[in-house]
Amino acid sequence: MNSGISVTKIRSFGAIYVAEARISAMLKWKSVIAIVAIGNPLFYLIAIGIGVGVLVNENSGTSGTGGVEYITFIAPALLASAAITAALDEAMFPVMEGFKWRKLFYAMNSTPITGPQIALGVFIAALARVAFTVICYWAVLIAFGVMSVEQSWDVIPVTIFAAGAFAAIIIGITAKVKNDDYFMTVLNRLIIMPMFLFSGTFFPLDSMPIYLQPIGWISPLWHSTELGRYFSYGYPLSATMLTVHFAFLLALLIGGFALANKTFTIRLTK
Amino acid sequence: MSEPLISARGLTKRYGDFTAVDAIDFDVAKGESFGLLGPNGAGKSTTMRIIAATSQRTSGTITILGRDPEEHGPQIRAHLGVVPQQDNLDTELTVTENLFIYGRYFGLSKKFIRTKIEELLEFAQLEEKRDVKVDALSGGMKRRLTIARALVSEPDILMLDEPTTGLDPQARHILWDRLFRLKELGVTLVITTHFMDEAEQLCDRLVVMDKGKIMAEGSPLELIKAYSTKEVLEVRFGSDRNKEIAPTLRAMCSRIEELPDRILMYVEDGEALLEEILNKKLHPTTSLVRRSSLEDVFLRLTGRTLIE
Repeated sequence: MNSGISVTKIRSFGAIYVAEARISAMLKWKSVIAIVAIGNPLFYLIAIGIGVGVLVNENSGTSGTGGVEYITFIAPALLASAAITAALDEAMFPVMEGFKWRKLFYAMNSTPITGPQIALGVFIAALARVAFTVICYWAVLIAFGVMSVEQSWDVIPVTIFAAGAFAAIIIGITAKVKNDDYFMTVLNRLIIMPMFLFSGTFFPLDSMPIYLQPIGWISPLWHSTELGRYFSYGYPLSATMLTVHFAFLLALLIGGFALANKTFTIRLTK
Repeated sequence: MSEPLISARGLTKRYGDFTAVDAIDFDVAKGESFGLLGPNGAGKSTTMRIIAATSQRTSGTITILGRDPEEHGPQIRAHLGVVPQQDNLDTELTVTENLFIYGRYFGLSKKFIRTKIEELLEFAQLEEKRDVKVDALSGGMKRRLTIARALVSEPDILMLDEPTTGLDPQARHILWDRLFRLKELGVTLVITTHFMDEAEQLCDRLVVMDKGKIMAEGSPLELIKAYSTKEVLEVRFGSDRNKEIAPTLRAMCSRIEELPDRILMYVEDGEALLEEILNKKLHPTTSLVRRSSLEDVFLRLTGRTLIE
């Protein structure tokens, strides 16, 4: 019997071991991840911030964006969107791989590691990738003078928290997927893409007809964007709305974990 | 016999209406090499997953290392090495990275794992492939790596589900040699297989399973003695004449089995029987005298061949 094995230790650190494994797999793609993290904000800033921004500012001034430059208005939204995209990458693919494509979760579960620990480990690794992406994006925004360090540093934890909530719910939902033929296409084209377009990313949500606004209300991206604007340039938010945004994201986080823990356990112990 | 490492009584697993494992009893002693032999769908893998504390039984009792897997899954898994039917290595990582991350799942120190990896690479004959991505390994190498991975935690029981299925003969022999060495080192092995030669090579004792039930239990030799004769004479007369001649042959020995392509005759002295057949001018197109194997035991117990 190997005396170096402590089940108590594994109970505390199991998720960390899973995250370690996920991060070593991620590091195989480190240059791609870094290029995306830096390249993405650069392209958006040039194309939308400078290109579209000039058009908006020349035609309607700052009246449509609550008195701030167009670039100031969309920067927190782009940041939130990049964070959510990174979260999606590191939540959906590892879970599909783990259960279906390469069955890695079954290998993990043949050790003392449990289903909920695997879910938490995947989440921690996704959060690491999100944090890296958010910090890179924010640094580029600072470098371009779009935000100021003093006023906007707290947008970092808030955006990471929002993307984390999104990662949790995606981990939970993906764990339920048995047949991946349509899942990713549907998720990407019919959920992620509309979310990006209708979450008040490029224009205030309330400038859309009322019947389209619910898309934003249920979109984690909208909640993240509103919070990002509040924390980056003092966009006006009532205490109620501030609470609503945090509560919505927190509910997603808790709901995501509840679903993930249950589904992981069932799928691994059938 | 000291306290068994694994002990099952009335172990049952149902999926809806389907009974995969049907009230089986067995014990596995320390240091023993125990086999589950049977065709695909016999319930071997399901039994393995219950032992591995990754599948919950429907009824019956089972203890592994003295514990109930339903309550102590992680504690039991901490002392098992599992080699699943399909390799589930991380194909994007290298050989050593795979061993390393797996060792971490047992909470082992990085220093311990690094030392252990050297030992395992030598054992699995993968020293030269240490920094190669798993994707680039042959089937036999992947299998050896999966076994090495299962050994990283120095398990009390090594569980192998169809260890050589899908490998070419040479790769199988290399693997058997490695497993035999583990057996000599006193590692308790639990093996499922549908290859009778594998069971004969590796198992001290085995159970023959079919449709979720245990049909017989014993050492390969005991089973052959109990359910077959010393020798088997295989004769072929061509598919049309087999049927016609079968009744004549049936009268010449205690038992025959008619297979689609040949007739098996169970006797103590195969050569003598063949001479008798030739004297009767029956002229088989081919004939072969061989020793009885577990395949014959299985045929006797179930009326079917192992690989259909």
